[in-house]
Amino acid sequence: MNVFHFFLQHHEEILELTLEHLWLVGISTLLAVVIGIPLGILSAHWPVWNKPVLGTANIIQTIPSLALFGFLLPVPWIGARADRLAILALTLYALLPVIRNTYTGIRGVDPSVVEAGRGMGLTGRQLLFQVELPLAVSVILSGVRVAVVVSVGLATIAAAIGAGGLGEFIFRGLAMVNNQLILAGAIPAAVLALTADFALGWLERRLQPR
Amino acid sequence: MMRTHSLPVKFENSSQKMLAAGSRIAYSLLSLPRAGKQVWTGPDDLAAQPCRLRYAWQAPGRSILEFEDGSPRSFDSNMQPIPASAPVIEFREVAYVLPNGQPLLRDLNLQVQRGETLVVLGRSGSGKTTTLKLVNRLLNPSGGEVWVNGVPNAETDVIRLRRSIGYVIQDVGLFPHFTVERNIGLVPRIEGWPTDRIHLRVHELLQIVGLGKEIASRYPYQLSGGQRQRVGVARALAADPSVLLMDEPFGALDALTRDQLQREFLLLQERLNKTVVFVTHDLREALRLGSRIALMEAGQLVSVLPPQDFVRSTDPLAAAYVQAFGEGLNSVATRGSE
Repeated sequence: MNVFHFFLQHHEEILELTLEHLWLVGISTLLAVVIGIPLGILSAHWPVWNKPVLGTANIIQTIPSLALFGFLLPVPWIGARADRLAILALTLYALLPVIRNTYTGIRGVDPSVVEAGRGMGLTGRQLLFQVELPLAVSVILSGVRVAVVVSVGLATIAAAIGAGGLGEFIFRGLAMVNNQLILAGAIPAAVLALTADFALGWLERRLQPR
Repeated sequence: MMRTHSLPVKFENSSQKMLAAGSRIAYSLLSLPRAGKQVWTGPDDLAAQPCRLRYAWQAPGRSILEFEDGSPRSFDSNMQPIPASAPVIEFREVAYVLPNGQPLLRDLNLQVQRGETLVVLGRSGSGKTTTLKLVNRLLNPSGGEVWVNGVPNAETDVIRLRRSIGYVIQDVGLFPHFTVERNIGLVPRIEGWPTDRIHLRVHELLQIVGLGKEIASRYPYQLSGGQRQRVGVARALAADPSVLLMDEPFGALDALTRDQLQREFLLLQERLNKTVVFVTHDLREALRLGSRIALMEAGQLVSVLPPQDFVRSTDPLAAAYVQAFGEGLNSVATRGSE
């Protein structure tokens, strides 16, 4: 039986685990964007916050993923359900690229544009939403893109704590020394990562200010 | 400064009940302000025309009302109008020290009169840009006071202050993601002007700065350096400010374009009669454009002289400038009297 047949036979399970995978990645990316962009803005506008924010995000990034899952296990509410735990861990990993790119994007806006805006009497909020964020959006998006691609890969490890996703196939395959099972997890994950990378890359180019 | 009221502009309400003349009006407005209402602004009103109120706020010892046309006007605690003081901009004993303790400006006393073009001349690091930024509070003085339109800057609402002052810089700073039309119309838009009025204003301004209508839909990257700076000037003029601050606006342009823009600036100034503070390091430009030249060196004001007197000045620094720029300056300086 080749891989193709295996896929045909198990297409329902593959689809289900792919959707579960997407759910883990999607929610965690959304959380990382909602938390990371404000933190990026904070550290770009108030240099005092720059080191603590980026430093913390950097340290989180250096924790091995399996270890992070382990650390979070005893946390109340979070540790109670495997998918919560996985989403939190994935969010923490996705934070760094989002924060760093928001910071870089906003700091990269031409200072003369910001000065002109302030001199014209734009309020801080108007300057942020009408000038800084629109000009930084493609840089921020490229951070989100990195976060998504990394998350798709990392989420396979979430199966180790029983959070589901395409990692199920991979771990099962490893245990049973079955290459077809491993590929049933790895191939859809790779396709997901490539699709997300392509789609966000396209969006990034579309939103690039001239 | 205590800001009590921030009123959105609503011009469509302007035909509502008109209030009787007199300064008492200011009081009833402050206790019950309503933007967009037409009011008589009292006996000192320029044309005794009803004006629409834009904003009202309170500062220690005075209430400030800003009307749709013209600069903010102050009223004292008895709601009597405080006459607008003669100088539009006034520096009183102003000092500016960097956070690291390095002094940039010392003992600056300077007055800018209504309708004049005061050129601030000096070499890099002499404090001329700092001086300019103190006017619209991009910087705040470490000592002394800056007064604009008869109100100390420290007491004004900084956003209102900046919107009543046009600001043009050497790098222009056009918003790269906006078309020319949106760039020019930004301040009117955030001030709540209706769209068709903004559209008309943009086209009027393009004509004033000598650009064609077709420019309106272009993006800044599609423009030449000269066109960009024209758009920058148009943008600064958009909400019809009475004061214009220009920081080496023509410094980055080639000699021919610069010459052309200087000539157009003079024509424009004749027509619009703004109060302009113009920063440059080019003596030729200073003599050509300025009604007075304020010479600065190492954070201090050396002299303030009309162009004709500047070229004859015995002050060693002024003389050094004249020497450095060579012959033919006399004819430039006396262009006004011919």
